[in-house]
Amino acid sequence: MLRNKSVVSINDIGDDELSEIFKTAEDMEKALKSGKPLELMKGKIMATFFYEPSTRTRLSFESAMQRLGGSVISVPEAKSSSVAKGETLADTVRMAEGYSDIIVIRHPMEGAARLASRFTSKPIVNAGDGSGQHPTQTVLDLYTIRKELGGISGKTVTIVGDLRYGRTVHSLVLALSRFNARVNLVAPPILKMPDHVVSMLPADFKLNITENLSDVLPETDVLYVTRIQKERFSDPNEYQSVIGSYKINSETVAAMKEKSIIMHPLPRVDEISPDVDSSPKAAYFRQANNGVPVRMAIISLILG
Amino acid sequence: MDEQTLKISKIKDGTVIDHIPPGKALRVLSILKIDDHVENSISIGIRVTSKRLGTKDVIKIENRDLEKFEVDKISLIAPDATISIVSNYEIIEKFPVELPQRIVGIVRCSNANCITNMKEPVQGEFSLISKKPLLIRCNFCERTMNEREITASLV
Repeated sequence: MLRNKSVVSINDIGDDELSEIFKTAEDMEKALKSGKPLELMKGKIMATFFYEPSTRTRLSFESAMQRLGGSVISVPEAKSSSVAKGETLADTVRMAEGYSDIIVIRHPMEGAARLASRFTSKPIVNAGDGSGQHPTQTVLDLYTIRKELGGISGKTVTIVGDLRYGRTVHSLVLALSRFNARVNLVAPPILKMPDHVVSMLPADFKLNITENLSDVLPETDVLYVTRIQKERFSDPNEYQSVIGSYKINSETVAAMKEKSIIMHPLPRVDEISPDVDSSPKAAYFRQANNGVPVRMAIISLILG
Repeated sequence: MDEQTLKISKIKDGTVIDHIPPGKALRVLSILKIDDHVENSISIGIRVTSKRLGTKDVIKIENRDLEKFEVDKISLIAPDATISIVSNYEIIEKFPVELPQRIVGIVRCSNANCITNMKEPVQGEFSLISKKPLLIRCNFCERTMNEREITASLV
């Protein structure tokens, strides 16, 4: 199903393929727990091009490939090597085609991974393109909701923070619209979800757009928090006021349902106070740990 | 052709672009790269009365056929336009412009951070999302563009 396919947008993964990834990721988790080395990707090479800094995504992709018995080649500073020499992304990808079986790209410009997929027959995995999409993060987010709460359908997911530039939430809201979930989008007007994302959602999707978090907190099953970057604001006072109104702390946790969770794609800065970490609702580190088995599943299904 | 357009003289051979939204004729001329160096004889009617549209613009160009990409570009700013091909004062073919489902090489993505705006070997490529209101989506960065953005971004 996913075999030899590029994964650039969450819409490149069909519903059946998503189920297959979830099932395979569960198998991968079991294999990791057993400690038995895997050789599924033995002899296969993954090339990673990170034109933007990344810690979690890069490490989890590389760890996933190595856990599968495959190997990884990467450029430590992709931006400073080929770009500095004036090479186009199209040429970089055509070159990498000869060196690897699968190519993972993170790039500061939107559409970069799609462009890359046009210039190679090797599968491309988008690890984030500008403020565009981050589909593998979305798959691991869905996997986390499913694992923590037993399913996605019928759940109320409240997404709070930077909905304008935060690429993880663009892919996530598109994916949730396929699961009969209810979504609250909570953001100040300056950081609201862009129209080009909202216009991709089905007309009957249960979407509620608000600026007020406390109104929707009691009905929330999943509180998905994203980082609000200071540099998005021209007025420092406005930044302080937004940060203050959306800060997640023990009071927020107390206002939430008993069986609900808090997620965050990480890194967090000030938006979740450290006193939340000890709550069973704090699922963000468990979510980050799901990155490896989910990416193992995606890689093995593409190259399987 | 309705009687109001007869105010503009008939052409012997060439192309008539009719039912252009009022005020857009100059933009159509720019799409066709018609400027002060033009050698063809051209008649332009701006805001002439139309039974169908109230007012409209119309352009008649002697001895000029339109290429498909030119008709596609016109369809993006004048989606109700009709094209008549005239030979020896007779209309030998008349057809409405049609918005293509896939729009390639005639619009630049309005998202400055789209990879297609960099020095990469690709043309702008869009999918038609809706005709009214006009909305297209970049096949690379997935951003949508409305009529105003499209008009400002024609190649």
